[in-house]
Amino acid sequence: MSFLKKSPWIIHYDGTSCNGCDIEVLACLTPLYDVERFGVVNTGNPKHADILLITGSVNEQNKDVVWQIFNQMANPKVVVAVGICATSGGIFAECYNVMGGVDKIIPVDVYVPGCAARPESIIDGVVKALDILEEKRVALARRRRKARKARPVSLTNLF
Amino acid sequence: MESILLLILFPLFTGTILLFVKNDSLRKIIVRLAALILIAVSLLTTVRYFNDGLTLALHREWINYGMVVIESILAIVIIALSIKHKKHLPILLILIQTSLINWYEFTHSHEVEIKADIVIDRFTLIMVLITGVIGSLICVYALNYMKDYHHHHQEVKDRRPFFFFLLFAFLSAMFGIVLSNNLLWMYFFWEITTLCSFLLIGYTQEETAVKNAFKALIMNLLGGFGFAAGIIYLGYAVGTQELNQLPVLAQSGIDLLIPAVLLAIAGVSKSAQMPFSSWLLGAMVAPTPSSALLHSSTMVKAGVYLLIRIAPILGFNVAGILVMMVGGITFLLASLMAITQSDGKKVLAYSTISNLGLIVACAGIGSYESIWAGMLLIIFHAIAKSLMFLSVGTVEHNMGSRDIEDMHGLIIKLPEMALMMTIGIAGMFLAPFGMLVSKWAALKAFIDSDNILIVMILVFGSAATLFYWTKWLGKLVAVLNKIERIPSKLTFDEWIALGTHAVLTVVICFAFPLIGNQFIEPYLNAQFAVQMDAVISDGNIKIMSMMLGMILLIPLGLLGFVALKEDRIVTSYMGGVNQGDNRYFTDALGNRKKMYLSNWYMEKYFSETRLNTIGIITTSAVIVVIFFMALGGVL
Amino acid sequence: MTGSTLSVLLYIFVGPIVGGLISGLDRKITARMQGRYGPPLLQPFYDVFKLLSKESIAVNGIQNFFIFCFLIFVVFTGSLFFMGGDILLVIFALTLASIFMVLGAYCANSPYSSIGAMRELLQMMAYEPMVLLTAIGFYVVTKSFNITEIMGFNVPLVLYLPGIFLGFAYILTMKLRKSPFDLSMSHHAHQEVVKGITTEFSGSTLAMIEIAHWYENLFLMGFIFLFFVWKMPGSWLVGLGACIIMYFIEIVLDNASARVKWQLAFSSAWIVAAALGFTNLLILFLMK
Repeated sequence: MSFLKKSPWIIHYDGTSCNGCDIEVLACLTPLYDVERFGVVNTGNPKHADILLITGSVNEQNKDVVWQIFNQMANPKVVVAVGICATSGGIFAECYNVMGGVDKIIPVDVYVPGCAARPESIIDGVVKALDILEEKRVALARRRRKARKARPVSLTNLF
Repeated sequence: MESILLLILFPLFTGTILLFVKNDSLRKIIVRLAALILIAVSLLTTVRYFNDGLTLALHREWINYGMVVIESILAIVIIALSIKHKKHLPILLILIQTSLINWYEFTHSHEVEIKADIVIDRFTLIMVLITGVIGSLICVYALNYMKDYHHHHQEVKDRRPFFFFLLFAFLSAMFGIVLSNNLLWMYFFWEITTLCSFLLIGYTQEETAVKNAFKALIMNLLGGFGFAAGIIYLGYAVGTQELNQLPVLAQSGIDLLIPAVLLAIAGVSKSAQMPFSSWLLGAMVAPTPSSALLHSSTMVKAGVYLLIRIAPILGFNVAGILVMMVGGITFLLASLMAITQSDGKKVLAYSTISNLGLIVACAGIGSYESIWAGMLLIIFHAIAKSLMFLSVGTVEHNMGSRDIEDMHGLIIKLPEMALMMTIGIAGMFLAPFGMLVSKWAALKAFIDSDNILIVMILVFGSAATLFYWTKWLGKLVAVLNKIERIPSKLTFDEWIALGTHAVLTVVICFAFPLIGNQFIEPYLNAQFAVQMDAVISDGNIKIMSMMLGMILLIPLGLLGFVALKEDRIVTSYMGGVNQGDNRYFTDALGNRKKMYLSNWYMEKYFSETRLNTIGIITTSAVIVVIFFMALGGVL
Repeated sequence: MTGSTLSVLLYIFVGPIVGGLISGLDRKITARMQGRYGPPLLQPFYDVFKLLSKESIAVNGIQNFFIFCFLIFVVFTGSLFFMGGDILLVIFALTLASIFMVLGAYCANSPYSSIGAMRELLQMMAYEPMVLLTAIGFYVVTKSFNITEIMGFNVPLVLYLPGIFLGFAYILTMKLRKSPFDLSMSHHAHQEVVKGITTEFSGSTLAMIEIAHWYENLFLMGFIFLFFVWKMPGSWLVGLGACIIMYFIEIVLDNASARVKWQLAFSSAWIVAAALGFTNLLILFLMK
């Protein structure tokens, strides 16, 4: 039984967004949409999160930040790009400092277009991401079993 | 008899030899050998006098006159040094008390009958063991420390022969204090420790050192004055001069209020309680071994030793309230002030003052339970605090700093020292280690004495204690990048001293029921002429031992944990702006900045100067009011 | 002996289930108070099982070990409590457990977890006096630190210790990590920038922290229980009722207040302890 799908914890990162999508992301938590019904928690900490929700495009300033936050998340993890800026750079794509969508830096699993993306579509995107998350979990479990067999217990990795 | 002479005279003899030894390796051999002998003699004395104890009367006039002569010489030394440094107060104090004591000695003392000059009971043996074992280990530790010290501090004149002479002379005086039953003798040794401590603090001969040395001298002379006055009052008004007679007399209904107050002032000043506490803080300018020896494990213990000896008479009268209040207030305020300090040695100094405050408060209550707790505190505190001092000293030599902020990540920088310090800190405040056991007993005793004020003080003081120790511990365990490791220069002597201390800290936690049974309870049963139940029940001791066992399993568990772990190592969370690792980050302007994590010191809330002023005012008020009440005879 | 063994076994095995359910109920009630539907009742269990299945990441190799010790000692503390042991020993053991958690956060050596650790430590300093005074209050009334004996007193202890009860209720907010005193970390769906003391812990280690809190909450409510239970058979119902009401009040408080500054949290906790605890004890001493 998979508990991952019942408890997706999210970290929300705001790239170069105009804050339109961010408002909509937070709207999902309000009584009207109440995503906590599905166990979704907005953690604010990559180490606790399963889903990286990015709004806004990636630029020269924040590319390292996006990459590091992604890297600091525990597997299995998925990335959801929310809004047209995050998916492709949107109207800012041609700006001198904008690199484009999030997928220029990290692998994106679900694209949620819209300007701004509506709460319904964001929730839909997260639900789609859950299936991918589950697939990744199964794959990870298989990999770990194999690795455990291959690797002997060792005392050398102290510190 | 022989072993007593050996205890007092052998260190003095060794010290005198060391005064003339200029050669490093020769000194090393002598000190190591002497330490070994001293430990052996202390243990032998314990075994020899364990069952029967000893009561010894030496009716020899020449001993007393010899003491008078030496005391006068000491006075002359102090006067000469005071004139040299243009200080006037010490001259006045030493003149008054030496002439007082000499006058008493010539006019009245031979009229007082002395049944026992030296008494050994179980409490004496505890003190002998502490002085012998801890003191000797510190001397051994000092060998390399002082060598390094002079290597680092070229500006300080190398007077090591004198330094070691003082250390050993001090040990012999300390043995003298705990063995004497004749108060005049005790006073004699008491003054020697005052002088030794004065000389040791001023060892570097720098300006601050000299200033602080005189501060210590004045405070201790004030206490010594109280001691002298107490003896004279006892001699004239009560007709006794023996420590072990005081509780007996008190129980037979004789009023001992004034001498009790006077002796209490002596004890309180020696154990660096407020308002006298500043001398101990100033004493931290001295090299670490002397801090460890004098100002944590032995000299200040002389003060609380005297107080616990007279505790049964304190329980009866208002002098007990004086001691209890001074101890309690000092405990609370010193714990709070320790929060604001980042200098390792200063934290230790405040913690010493506060723990001594607790012991003093225990003595002031003077009930069976509270004295039990106080005696246990003396033992645990001596070992753990000495370990902490030596560790801080070693860390300072390896890293060039003793600031707690610089000990950040010591577990990576100097793993072995981090381990030692962890044991020391755990021993200072953590369940199920020693100090906590005694604090627990103290808490019970305080409640049973129906003294709500002191209960409140203990409760808040322990919370502060928890805070400043844990944040220090937290600094030690922070894991840094491997490249910050420092090559350690620990020598054999240091290993021996530190290792023995660490092992003792742990072993004593398992052994405390035994110490309670074999040493403390027999002494207290004799003092109170009652048979009491165990202060901490067997069931709880078992649970504590279990906890201790669990804690000792931790290193083993850690190994297993590390062996089995499959952690993927990632960088720490810094809002995503780490620069490659956990040490640097990108600031708002895009610059590379080194991360620096500081502890909280909250100077605004527990301001040292403010709390110090409060403490000095309240404790002085307590002392003055009670002193004059006692003098006026209203109570 | 068999009774206490049974209750310890119950605590160890059934404790986390009850604790998890309480936590689930807490989230549900909180959601309803905010006009939301809220997560399923079993959500805390889903969370913990999910965390257990995640990859284990860490900043260094030993930080997680401290949390493991934290869990072990929390269970140990609770067992001592439910065994009917010495209440002071329970408090000391709990302190030891909390210190392990603080050290774990220090060990991670990251800015957020370090601040969390400092705040946790500050909270410990803030509530420690009141917790000790609670035990002292029990002792002064019942002449015993033993929990079984405390429970066998003639009348509910709260009648003798109203001040101490209120003081304990005040710091209970801190211990349960509820607003306004959730300084070092807040719980479940709270909005928080980063997760304070738990920032660097993830996966199974985070699950351990969660489980430890279930255990911890349970015997914290046990303290409340002690105030209301007395010799009369069936009085445990009163105790249970008191616990439920207390917890509900905590939830209301949690939802109705924002986090305060540490200065206020700390000074108010000490003032409450000094005022309520002192007054209550003083009256008890005078009554003797």
